[in-house]
Amino acid sequence: MTNTPVELVNVTIDGVEMQVPKGTLVIRAAEQIGVQIPRFCDHPLLEPVAACRACLVEIEGQPKPQPSCAVTVTEGMKVRTQHSSVVADEAQKGVMEFLLINHPLDCPVCDKGGECPLQNQAMSNGRSESRFDGPKREFEKPINVSAQILLDRERCVSCARCTRFADQVAGDPMIALLERGAHQQVGISDDDPFDSYYSGNTIQICPVGALTSAKYRFRSRPFDLVSVPTTCEHCASGCSLRTDVRRGVVQRRLAWDDAQVNEEWNCDKGRFAFPYAQEGRLTTPLVRGEDGVLHAASWPEAIAAAAAGLNKARGGRAAVLAGGRHTAEDAYALSKFARGVLGTDDIDFRARPHSAEEATFLAARVAGLGLGVTYADLEAAAHVVLVAFEPEDESPIVQLRLRKAVRRGRTHVTAVASHVTEGLYKLNASMIEAKPGAEVAALAAADINDSTVVLVGERAATVPGLLSELVRITDQAGAKLAWIPRRAGERAAIDAGLLPGLLPGGRLVTDEGARHYVASVWGVDAGLIPATAGRDFSGIVGAAAADAYEALLVTGFDVDDTAHPDATLAALQRAPFVVALEQRPTAVTALANVVLPVATVTEKSGTFINWEGRARQFAQVLRENNTLTDARVLAMIADAMDSLIGRQDVAQVREEIARLANHNGPRAAAPAVEATVVDGLTLGTWNQLLDHGTMQAGEPFLAATAREPLARVSAETATAHGLSTGDTAVISTTKGSISLTVQVIDGVDNTVWIPTNSEGSHVRVALGAAHGTPVTLSKGGAH
Amino acid sequence: MSLTETTWDEARELAERYPQSRSALLPMLHLVQSVEGSVTSDGIALCADVLDLTTAEVAAVATFYTMYKRHNTGKHHVGVCTNTLCGLLGGDAIWKAVSEDLGAGHDETTADGLFSLERIECQAACTHAPVVTIDWEFFDDSTVEGVRAALKKLKKGEDVQSTRGPVVRGINATERQLAGFDDGEVHASAIDDKMLAGLNAAKALGQTLPKSEV
Amino acid sequence: MVLTPILTAHWDEADSYTLAGYKRHHGYVAFAKALKTDPDAIIQTVKDTGLRGRGGAGFPTGMKWGFVPQNDGKPHYLVVNADESEPGACKDIPLMLANPHSLIEGVAIASYAIRANHAFIYIRGEVPHVIRRVRHAVDEAYRAGLLGENIQGSGFDLDVVVHAGAGAYICGEETALLDSLEGRRGQPRLKPPFPAVAGLYASPTVINNVETIANIPYIMRNGVDWFRQWGTEKSPGFKLFAVSGHVQRPGIYEAALGTTFRELLEHAGGIRKGRKLKFWVPGGSSVPMLTEEHLDLPMTYEDMAAAGTMLGTGTPMVFDETTSVLKAVSRWLQFYKHESCGKCTPCREGTYWISDLLKRLEKGEGKMEDLGTIEDLCRQISGRSFCALGDAAATPFPAAMKFFRDEFEAGISTPADQAFNPLSSTVFVKAKG
Ligand SMILES: Cc1cc2nc3c(=O)[nH]c(=O)nc-3n(C[C@H](O)[C@H](O)[C@H](O)COP(=O)(O)O)c2cc1C
Ligand code: SF4
Ligand code: FES
Repeated sequence: MTNTPVELVNVTIDGVEMQVPKGTLVIRAAEQIGVQIPRFCDHPLLEPVAACRACLVEIEGQPKPQPSCAVTVTEGMKVRTQHSSVVADEAQKGVMEFLLINHPLDCPVCDKGGECPLQNQAMSNGRSESRFDGPKREFEKPINVSAQILLDRERCVSCARCTRFADQVAGDPMIALLERGAHQQVGISDDDPFDSYYSGNTIQICPVGALTSAKYRFRSRPFDLVSVPTTCEHCASGCSLRTDVRRGVVQRRLAWDDAQVNEEWNCDKGRFAFPYAQEGRLTTPLVRGEDGVLHAASWPEAIAAAAAGLNKARGGRAAVLAGGRHTAEDAYALSKFARGVLGTDDIDFRARPHSAEEATFLAARVAGLGLGVTYADLEAAAHVVLVAFEPEDESPIVQLRLRKAVRRGRTHVTAVASHVTEGLYKLNASMIEAKPGAEVAALAAADINDSTVVLVGERAATVPGLLSELVRITDQAGAKLAWIPRRAGERAAIDAGLLPGLLPGGRLVTDEGARHYVASVWGVDAGLIPATAGRDFSGIVGAAAADAYEALLVTGFDVDDTAHPDATLAALQRAPFVVALEQRPTAVTALANVVLPVATVTEKSGTFINWEGRARQFAQVLRENNTLTDARVLAMIADAMDSLIGRQDVAQVREEIARLANHNGPRAAAPAVEATVVDGLTLGTWNQLLDHGTMQAGEPFLAATAREPLARVSAETATAHGLSTGDTAVISTTKGSISLTVQVIDGVDNTVWIPTNSEGSHVRVALGAAHGTPVTLSKGGAH
Repeated sequence: MSLTETTWDEARELAERYPQSRSALLPMLHLVQSVEGSVTSDGIALCADVLDLTTAEVAAVATFYTMYKRHNTGKHHVGVCTNTLCGLLGGDAIWKAVSEDLGAGHDETTADGLFSLERIECQAACTHAPVVTIDWEFFDDSTVEGVRAALKKLKKGEDVQSTRGPVVRGINATERQLAGFDDGEVHASAIDDKMLAGLNAAKALGQTLPKSEV
Repeated sequence: MVLTPILTAHWDEADSYTLAGYKRHHGYVAFAKALKTDPDAIIQTVKDTGLRGRGGAGFPTGMKWGFVPQNDGKPHYLVVNADESEPGACKDIPLMLANPHSLIEGVAIASYAIRANHAFIYIRGEVPHVIRRVRHAVDEAYRAGLLGENIQGSGFDLDVVVHAGAGAYICGEETALLDSLEGRRGQPRLKPPFPAVAGLYASPTVINNVETIANIPYIMRNGVDWFRQWGTEKSPGFKLFAVSGHVQRPGIYEAALGTTFRELLEHAGGIRKGRKLKFWVPGGSSVPMLTEEHLDLPMTYEDMAAAGTMLGTGTPMVFDETTSVLKAVSRWLQFYKHESCGKCTPCREGTYWISDLLKRLEKGEGKMEDLGTIEDLCRQISGRSFCALGDAAATPFPAAMKFFRDEFEAGISTPADQAFNPLSSTVFVKAKG
């Protein structure tokens, strides 16, 4: 942050003298003294266009009224708004009258009715009745601009907010103003839909009801909704959201304005993927009976059964497998339950490909370190290097912030990647081509220095030596390094110590002082906490298969997301006793001995730690709901096991977490793993934003906007394998194969890229492979 | 006709003519129209592909300008200026007659696919009102009879000479010229008495300037 | 005042549009002279002549060139506005047909002066023959080494691209033209930044009208005093006047600025036989109309402004008493509605509404309050729209109401075609009496 003093200028608005920074728009300066000038095209995060003319004001010395949304203040400027100028008032009323002549005035049936800037400003700044009595412009209504977004063209006021958002912010100019004059309208070209990951934002910024979602259309009226601010559970970007509820049912979610994080945007997954939390849920506890079948059970019954099973496994005969989706409070409770109740250090949240190198890196460079690199840092950075990280798919708000920075012209993005993706194209990124698995060698060309920010993604875990080398290079150069996971709960899981060898706050189980301090905060005997590091996720899976455990506690993951789904499933089957804490029925709950339904994000309060390390606390949306959190369920089990770990409600947990926050003792040393050279053709893969993730269940409109799964290969690789665009490629490992349509792209040779978990491309299930794995490629029959 | 590799090559050639390739979009739309008779989805896709734009961005441009047509057009484009001056001086009467003769209204094409009819705006030829255009060539000082005769000839496949420009050769040929591929018709006559009215008057009045000065 | 055939001097020669024809009359002598002159001195000369832009607004050309920042390290561009689409304007098209080399030579000199190595001539798309002629002239100039690299060994490079529009009056507005030339919808840009600072491709750009640029070779060759021997202090020089409408000899009349309209009308043979003047519009449909009482006004920027109108493009449209002014105004508003780019509310919706009301009046189906409403709506557009097209749309009605209110009032009961036999205003009708 630079500390250049802001130059202030003196302006007078409606007789009120004020000082504002030079360059402030008149409309914003007016806001500061509570003067609300009407506006439609104006949006603080879009470039001014001054098109709608609703915001005209009188400026002394100017012969014509001026658009306050586009004029910046100058020293001594005297502005008169509608409150003190007849000229401004009449100009505004005139524009408002014009805006309404072709508007259908169908407020009673319009989604926007009740929260509509046009409706509101027509009341506050318009004339009481229109003189227009001619025929209105008509359009066929409504049209789908995508499976999710509908457009009622006759309601549109041509403010171009949606098209400017798509172009400037998202970089997806797939909607545009078509035709001209009175026929001007928003639209798409023929059959190319507005399948932007960010399309839902256009609905939110539309100042009329022209854009609506298939999901919410005609579902509710704004005044029937209760709005609760919350945090998005879908990824580690950490968006602030607003969830709107009517009679206990979530109707829609919107982006909440948070200047530090998501500004006023979010992605379509965050906006639309909430039905999973409403339909197809686990509602009652289940206990497997003597008959080997799961039966609905009462809570006391189920808790008793879980406690009985887990009791047998105390003292190191249990392991805990968790997904990366828990809140900080729940993750903390899991960590405490594992060490303080079960007495095991066999615990891992990484229900995805992972490595020991990664665990060391996370313990050394992430755990308990709080706020690190921030969004503001990205915006201010001269150079951002992306390594094994695809922001648009893996952390969409990072993508938006990088795009914003790049558009300002001061930030340059370099990607160490196998090909130019759509996302990287929108960042105008320079490419350092690297075959999947061979990123380490490519880093040398990345020109990393003390004004560089390096962002690395979750798949770095599968490239031996990559995290080690990144630590080394960035340390040496004085560059900033941030690890950006995909899931919303990973940062909190690391802070809580859901990794073998790691206690809350970056403490090590091998550190006796740390064990004692943690035990004292937990109120347990320090001797309970294992003093040596346990097994990681794959270690646990392996050990379970070899009968190492009496019981497994599993929570919050999809088997198919794990590195080796078959092995995970086999281990769970093998384990004598499995307790599952889940929101929805899964392959895990199907074979668990006790299934305990837990709360989703709307049913509880909690905290997500986003990739920056920023705590994103949120409140319970569905207040009347009393579904239990993981933490509460664990406390009940502990209680039944005669191991008091406290109530484990949010307030208590937060207070404990705070006590464990500042750790100044020994930490893990950074990993130092040698890179390995991978010969031959390797697989590139990551999860596309919209894919088969379980938390996207039940939202067909959203799913229909997902990108088509394609096998991307370079021209040379395609030729070498007799492939061209449109052919079917068969990607195989010894385990199995995937057939996908070929797309020839600009990229590195000897590589095939396919999405990790999309229609017809379930990499882990079908191939048992990960990013950087050698695979074979061949041409398949007609698709 | 459809878009062949030749059109793709020509489109790429147009893109090369500008410091920034997107500037070639208007010429490129003229080009695809010259091949297909209108701006089709394929034409839009071609432009988008060559210029690295989305199809929506191209459609936004294609629908803004009136010379680009999104539906099938006739072999010849007939425009009748009905802006104020031409309209009052005879354009309205010509429009009525031609429209009735052809049985086509504004922006419509005759059943035989020979003519597309359009009420056009001022053609910067007001001194020559009423103005009609065929394939965008000037038919100055038009009359109902004159236009009828011209259309009759075209129907028979005979040559029709424009007043300030060449023999008309169909709208697609004109569109190709507009796209930037020259048809060599530059020498067709273009000067008439009305353009020389001032010069002739000056000569008659002896008001010309000494040769050395101009 | 006198007729001054300068740009038009040789239009009657069969090869006036060729390089040979142009060279026969000192063609490209001025450019050769310019290449040996300091660019700033050329800008100064143009400033000294007081030449004002012929595109309509009359902005001093030399001053415009002077706004281009020097040594800014960015490429500079010259863009010629050859979009001539304003109803009534018809001077640039003939100029480019008959004497395109004066434009090309002007482009070369102007580009040299503003340090541009790339110039564009944006010609409306509906005039293929004009495009042929200008392209041909450019090709000839290239072949003669008058364009291209290291022109005449001077070290100056210049590329000229002839670009066809595709039917949109708004693209005459200079910033809309730039967007169009960049391959976008022709909608005007927010200013600042002004084109002189950030125009084409966000680089410094001068945009001038065809006629403005065509003046440059003559100025360069003959000098400031020569130019200033015509016209007035504020409107120096000469101009192409295109007189159209109900006159005996419509056509192009090049004359000194300051020539009265009466004189021009006389040159054009006066109103057609047996008719008398009803109203005239001095410079395109965007400027307020005048009547008989204004016949003796000198055709200058300042005199027209003083009379409450504008010289505009200097292309008077003349209408005799057979004309329904209601129909004339209504048709202009149809035009503005058709050509409104759609960007801003007042113009987009205002022209939609007003043209609808005028159509009603034209059919004799208007309402008493319609006239007041239209006047109001014009006020709601004028000065509040994004660009001058909106202002232009709001111009004809109030101007016409000043002189012909009764005709609009008649629109409440009498169709315009009943009040004025449409046939009598045509050129086909036999002269009266
Ligand atoms: C709607 C509109 C249409 C215009 N059309 C033209 C035109 O066709 N030709 C032209 O030279 N100027 C036109 N202008 C004026 C231009 O914006 C600009 O002022 C002019 O090209 C500058 O050149 P000059 O300084 O040489 O006159 C138009 C302006 C507006 C607002
Ligand atoms: S006034 Fe507004 S709508 Fe009209 S042409 Fe200008 S910007 Fe477009
Ligand atoms: S808000 Fe200022 S013009 Fe639209």
